[in-house]
Amino acid sequence: MIPAAFDYKRASSAAEAISLVGQYGSDAKFLAGGHSLLPLMKLRLAQPAMLIDIGRVKDLSYIKDAGKHIAIGALTRHMDVETSKVLHEHAPLLSHAAAHVGDSQVRHRGTIGGSIAHADPASDLPATTLALGATYVVQGPKGQREIAAAKFFKGFLESDLAADEMLVEIRVPKMQGAGWSFQKFNRRAQDWAIVGVAAWRRKNEAGVALVNMGSTPILATSVAGALAKGASVGDAAALASNEADPQSDLNASTEYRKHLASVLVRRALEDASK
Amino acid sequence: MKVSITVNGKEHHSDVEPRTLLVHYIREVLGLTGTNVGCDSSSCGACTIHMNGEAVKSCTILAVQADGAKLTTIEGLAKDGVMHPMQTAFMENHGLQCGYCTPGMVMAAIGLLNENPKPTEEQVRVGLEGNLCRCTGYHNIVKSVLAAAGSK
Repeated sequence: MIPAAFDYKRASSAAEAISLVGQYGSDAKFLAGGHSLLPLMKLRLAQPAMLIDIGRVKDLSYIKDAGKHIAIGALTRHMDVETSKVLHEHAPLLSHAAAHVGDSQVRHRGTIGGSIAHADPASDLPATTLALGATYVVQGPKGQREIAAAKFFKGFLESDLAADEMLVEIRVPKMQGAGWSFQKFNRRAQDWAIVGVAAWRRKNEAGVALVNMGSTPILATSVAGALAKGASVGDAAALASNEADPQSDLNASTEYRKHLASVLVRRALEDASK
Repeated sequence: MKVSITVNGKEHHSDVEPRTLLVHYIREVLGLTGTNVGCDSSSCGACTIHMNGEAVKSCTILAVQADGAKLTTIEGLAKDGVMHPMQTAFMENHGLQCGYCTPGMVMAAIGLLNENPKPTEEQVRVGLEGNLCRCTGYHNIVKSVLAAAGSK
C-alpha cells in the first residue's frame, strides 16, 4: 500500500511549521514520527495534499523538571518517555504507559505529541495524560496557549487544535508519590487496548481515565468523585462507565466493554492502593 | 525530491517521490530485497531495519524521512563473508522455518540486544512482540536470541 501523492516540506522550527501550515491550510498535515498518520494515508482514510515534516525540529524533543510539573517536548519519542529517569521518578504512570504503545520499533519512531494530537480514543497516551491532569501547550500564528487535557479531546480523532496550531509541549503534574496503575486489555501483543485504564490514587484523591470507551479518551469523574466521598474501590469501580459511551466492534460489544471497564478500574484502583 | 541515504556503509543519492516508502526504496531502488514486506501496516515486523542504530519498521517511514540517515539492512550484517553472530545463532538453533520473517527477526533481535545485552527469556519474548512468525516458530527464535546473547 502506497499513500496517494502529496507534496512535502520540511520545517526546521515550530514557527516555520506554523507558517507553512498557514500557507496550505486544512489540506496540510504535520508529519512527526508518522506512525499514526502514514497507516491512515495508506488506507486513504487520510489524504492530505501537503505533509509538513516536523520530525527534524530537534528542540521539541526534551523531558525537563519544571518544578511542579514535568515538561515534555511534543516530539519526544515513546522510547524516550519510557526510559526517562525524570519521568520514572515524578510521573511513573506515564513512562510505564509509554512502554505499552505498539512495539519497540514503533516506539523508536512515534512521538507523544503525535499520539495526543492524533486524538485516537484507543491510544494509550491521550488517556494517560488525561488521568494525570496534564496541560497541553499549543502554538499558533499568534503565539502559545494552554489547553487542559480535559478540554482538548472533542470527538473521534478531533481535538481543540486549530488547523494552524501545533502541539509543542505536554505538562504533566508531578505525581508526588501517588499510587498508580495502567491496565491494558487486549487479545494479542502490540494491539490497541480493547479497554484500557490509567489511574492514580493518593488518599481520597484519584484520577482515572479510560482508553477506547467512547469517541474520545474518557475521564471517569464519577469514580474519582465517589472515592473522594469515601466509597469503596468496588463501589467506585461500578461507576466506571458513567461518562463513557463505548461502541460495539469486532473485538467487543458495548455491554462487554462496560463490564470490562468496571473490572479493570477495580483492578487499577486496587493496584494503585498498594 | 533529492535524498542522500547511507545503506550498509554506502551513500546513495536518489530522486524519490515523497510518497515512496522506505522499504520500497530499499527493495526497488537499491535492489536490496532481503528486507521483506509482510503486512504493510507496521504490525508484522518483516520490514525491520536499523535506522541510525535503532530497529524500525521501514514500511511506515517515508524515504524522504530517512534523508541523511544511516541504515543497516540484513545484507549489511555479514562482514567479509562471515555471518553476524545473530545470523549464526539463528542457523545453529534452527531459528527459522519458511524464512519470511527472518530478516526482520534478526534485525529486531540485534536491536534488542543493543538495548538489553543480557535479556531473560521473558524479555526476549516481549522485546520481539513487534515481529510475527507465520510458521509460529517462536520457540527456536527465542532460543537463537538467547544463544546470541550468551544467556543460555
